[in-house]
Amino acid sequence: MRFTKDHEWVKVDGDIATVGISKHAADALGDVVFVETPDAGKTVNQGDSFAVVESVKAASDVYAPVSGEVVEGNAALASAPETVNADPEGEGWFAKIRITDASQVEALMDRAAYDQYLTTV
Amino acid sequence: MTDEALKTTPLNAAHRALGARMVGFGGYDMPVQYEGVLAEHRWTREHAGLFDVSHMGQCKITGEDAIAQFERFVPGDYAILKAGKQKYSLLLNAEGGIIDDLMAGKPDHDGLYVVVNAGNKDEDFAFWEANLEGDAQLTVLDRALIAIQGPEAAEVMAAHEPVLADFGFMDCARLMLFGVDCFVSRSGYTGEDGYEISVPADQAERIWNEILKDARVKPIGLGARDSLRLEAGLPLHGHDIDPTTSPVEGALTFALSKSRKERADFNGADRILKELADGPSRVRVGLSVKEGAPAREGAEIADMDGAIIGKVTSGGPSPTLGRNIAMGYVPPAFAELGTDLKVIVRGKPAAAEVIAMPFVAQRYYRKPKA
Repeated sequence: MRFTKDHEWVKVDGDIATVGISKHAADALGDVVFVETPDAGKTVNQGDSFAVVESVKAASDVYAPVSGEVVEGNAALASAPETVNADPEGEGWFAKIRITDASQVEALMDRAAYDQYLTTV
Repeated sequence: MTDEALKTTPLNAAHRALGARMVGFGGYDMPVQYEGVLAEHRWTREHAGLFDVSHMGQCKITGEDAIAQFERFVPGDYAILKAGKQKYSLLLNAEGGIIDDLMAGKPDHDGLYVVVNAGNKDEDFAFWEANLEGDAQLTVLDRALIAIQGPEAAEVMAAHEPVLADFGFMDCARLMLFGVDCFVSRSGYTGEDGYEISVPADQAERIWNEILKDARVKPIGLGARDSLRLEAGLPLHGHDIDPTTSPVEGALTFALSKSRKERADFNGADRILKELADGPSRVRVGLSVKEGAPAREGAEIADMDGAIIGKVTSGGPSPTLGRNIAMGYVPPAFAELGTDLKVIVRGKPAAAEVIAMPFVAQRYYRKPKA
């Protein structure tokens, strides 16, 4: 699993990247009450706002950690947004993206580097 | 604003000891949540929540001319207000716009005790300093303010101070509680029964901890305070009402005392009376957002033809109702209950309907008539 400085994570299987927000981000948001995930077929560029996560207090953009084509948004989050709090780095995934540039993933932080980064923010 | 610039309340250390997440609000370092906004919201609706609202402004306005001078800038009749009662009112500018909303009461026989919003207090106090005439005198009180709210609040407080059970909604008094000189009122900002207790700053932590010992009480942050007041239909100044909105536009005509309307002797009376007679150009309404994301402050409101007719001033999920609610301004022609509208969230129109406020029934304690 790799992480961005904006607290998204990516897990790659073949050319499909599953992406979501880190436990740190989910904890910081507090109770998630609404999630908007992208539709299949949508093309996203690394750094684009591609999803929205809302707590009781506020809406936050989620940025695409990699470029590619969305093959699936996690539709289950529409009716169960609290999954993002319960299992942010598992069942609470946001989308699966067919990646176009694997080097983008390699350039992201690994768990140890992300944990180190969290001590600085 | 940096942390260094934020002021602290006398309960700051207590919040940190409880593991609160702190944020800047109204110039103060305040707890936004302890265990989580939803859990705290529900706890307050079901049991009793304890709130530090010491960031709010507290003052006394005293002197022979206090009531007459205070009334020049508010539309409520404080001359006929009985001792031991308080009343919600609005500090008005010359155009009838709302500088702030406030609670003012007669807890003792020494003028008025007034509570104003944190973000406006410096401006309010400066306004009174500049405008109160005769011998009316403003004294800013450097005290802590603790609110306890919820269906179990009365029982919790009666265990400490039995006298509090005798209070009805909007009763207030100055008396010894927890061994110290307090101002107390049976009121709040959640729609629930409860009290607001002004205590000496150096006693705040002791009293806070004493009340928290009761298992029915949990500390509640500003996050849930906001969602609770939204459900109760209560406006937040600086968002739902501001110096450009009048009491008529703000759907706060209950704050206009009959005698004062007849006398038309308060700031902005011309505009306000004209709006009462002819209708305002916009009015604050409640909205049920029937699909999609929560509509928050700034979201546009459209009619069914897509024309933009107004804006949401606050909104979000209602934990009690399990759906999204909002308040905002629309022209009176669209303000009737049941009117179908659209709210536009991130460019997407979503179905909304004008519904009555409060969204969740208020449960204030009214004393049975003797």
